[in-house]
Amino acid sequence: MLAAKSGHSGPGAVKHKSAGGAGPRPSVRTRAELRELQSLMLEAITRKLTGAMTMQRIWKDGRPVRRLAGQFIKPNDRLTSFERLEIYNRQYWFRLLDCLYDDFPGLRHVLGEKKFLAMSQAYLAKYKSRSFNLGLLGRHIPRFLADNPEWAGRLQPMALDMVRFECAQIHAFDAPINPVIDEHFLRAGDPAELRLKLQPHLTLLQLGFPLDDYSVALRSGDSMHTEAAGERRIVAAELKPVPLPRPQTVFLVVHRYENSVFFKRLEEPAFRLLENLGRGMRVGAATARALTPVFTQETAEEWQEKVRVWFLNWAELRWFCR
Amino acid sequence: MPANPHNGFTNLGVGIGLRVPHYQHILSKKPTVDWFEIVSENYMVDAGRPLQILDQIMEQYQVVQHGVAMYFGSADKLNREHLRRLKSLVKRTKTPFLSDHLCWGSVDGTYSHDLLPMPYTFAAAKITAQRIRQARDFLEVPICVENVSSYAEFHQSEMTEWEFLSEVVDRADCGILLDVNNIYVSSKNHNFNPVDYLNGIPPDRVGQIHVAGHSKFEKYILDTHDHPVLDPVWKLYAHAINRCGPTSTLLEWDAHIPSFEEVHHEALKANRFVTNQKKEKHQIVGGQIRP
Repeated sequence: MLAAKSGHSGPGAVKHKSAGGAGPRPSVRTRAELRELQSLMLEAITRKLTGAMTMQRIWKDGRPVRRLAGQFIKPNDRLTSFERLEIYNRQYWFRLLDCLYDDFPGLRHVLGEKKFLAMSQAYLAKYKSRSFNLGLLGRHIPRFLADNPEWAGRLQPMALDMVRFECAQIHAFDAPINPVIDEHFLRAGDPAELRLKLQPHLTLLQLGFPLDDYSVALRSGDSMHTEAAGERRIVAAELKPVPLPRPQTVFLVVHRYENSVFFKRLEEPAFRLLENLGRGMRVGAATARALTPVFTQETAEEWQEKVRVWFLNWAELRWFCR
Repeated sequence: MPANPHNGFTNLGVGIGLRVPHYQHILSKKPTVDWFEIVSENYMVDAGRPLQILDQIMEQYQVVQHGVAMYFGSADKLNREHLRRLKSLVKRTKTPFLSDHLCWGSVDGTYSHDLLPMPYTFAAAKITAQRIRQARDFLEVPICVENVSSYAEFHQSEMTEWEFLSEVVDRADCGILLDVNNIYVSSKNHNFNPVDYLNGIPPDRVGQIHVAGHSKFEKYILDTHDHPVLDPVWKLYAHAINRCGPTSTLLEWDAHIPSFEEVHHEALKANRFVTNQKKEKHQIVGGQIRP
């Protein structure tokens, strides 16, 4: 271990030194002082860049940032304190903006590249990253767009749908999976009385636009299957120019099967039935409520067969769990 | 030291980082590779494709965990949820040791997603060492800390970076993941002699070595991991091997990633320095050069 150098620490040490016009220089001799320095630097490097993608020159209290930087960053023979701090400021923004750019290709197309970039900057200024997992970086964009409709303007409904759709895909990629229900569980009692839980990776989406078809059309040759194979970020940028879709209500399930992410379009009664099951209703009641708007005596047999096929299909996809 | 308590008594040879564009090649061709390093945080997930791939890789290869978000140098308390997920992954991979960086990157749960430099003070060394010990006690696996590339230095520093690294690993009784590219990058950015750095750290604590490429700008060098290793970095590597002995070595290539073969070929260049070091050692021990 190194011995403490004289004059650097100890109870009698001077807490602040003059920084040659840079103002008082904070010391780092306690945990609290280390935290103070790290808080200050984090605040500086997460501050928004200027329109020219450079560090802002004025601090929030009106001081020049070069004075603030001079309090803790040493200059060298090539760079000022400001310029050295700016490297981190720019790296922070480039890294996080890249991440959103790759994760939300559909929203990027709906808003347009320029507006998407501006929206991303505003979003990150409001919602700083709170997880080591960069996959969660954009999780508040739906709320942000809802609260700030000016970003999408007349395209707000489509933008909101798209970001929900893309968030569901990100969620499905590595969300937990619970034990699938087995035959023993199904045979244990009256099927109509069963409560079936949906896998945590499933998201049910009612959208006002056919964004499933639109997303497929955007991709140049790469299908969702490739994207789900762990190469989401690689294929994300390879997108075709495609006209925005016209309004059409679609009912989607975004899910994971054999570790690949898929989306599946359902007819409305099937979607409502899953919604009801997801709310904890018993199979019989969930089915009855889902079919009420469409059920007639004449179509009873047809619906009975449909429901049987739905459940068969969903069980094969392992959507139900304990 | 080829094998020591800080790397779980391993000398794994020359490995490369496991990266998504190479998954298919590795799983289908099963190339001969000494070991793979994984970025822990990429696999600290609940389920899905990342863990499936990891399990398949582990059927064939030795895997060692390398983290990017533990932030040993943070003034905050350790993140228990992060540690819990990391321990779960440690149990899955049976990594002989794990590494993360001598840096900080978050405050009160807000993340920079960067490896930010430390002020080299005794107080910071003490706090950092305490956090490394706590993490090791919880994770029950040896820990190596890696020196980072940096672009800024603090007025508040009380010692050199290598003195700080030595102080931390001594206090924490942990290993060093010596990144010779990072030493080179920082030496250019901060005007110090990289050989002084290598000579200033305790060689018996080096558990692993990293090599990588970097990018030169007009006024500074960035650690970009998007190029082959440059000659000055290989020279430092040779010096490191001479000081530490043959040590598990890993090539990092994280952006503009070329084919698996190209990355692996670049990594295997490390072997010639290891071979040379062995020859030199024999020369000294036996008094003659062996064929």
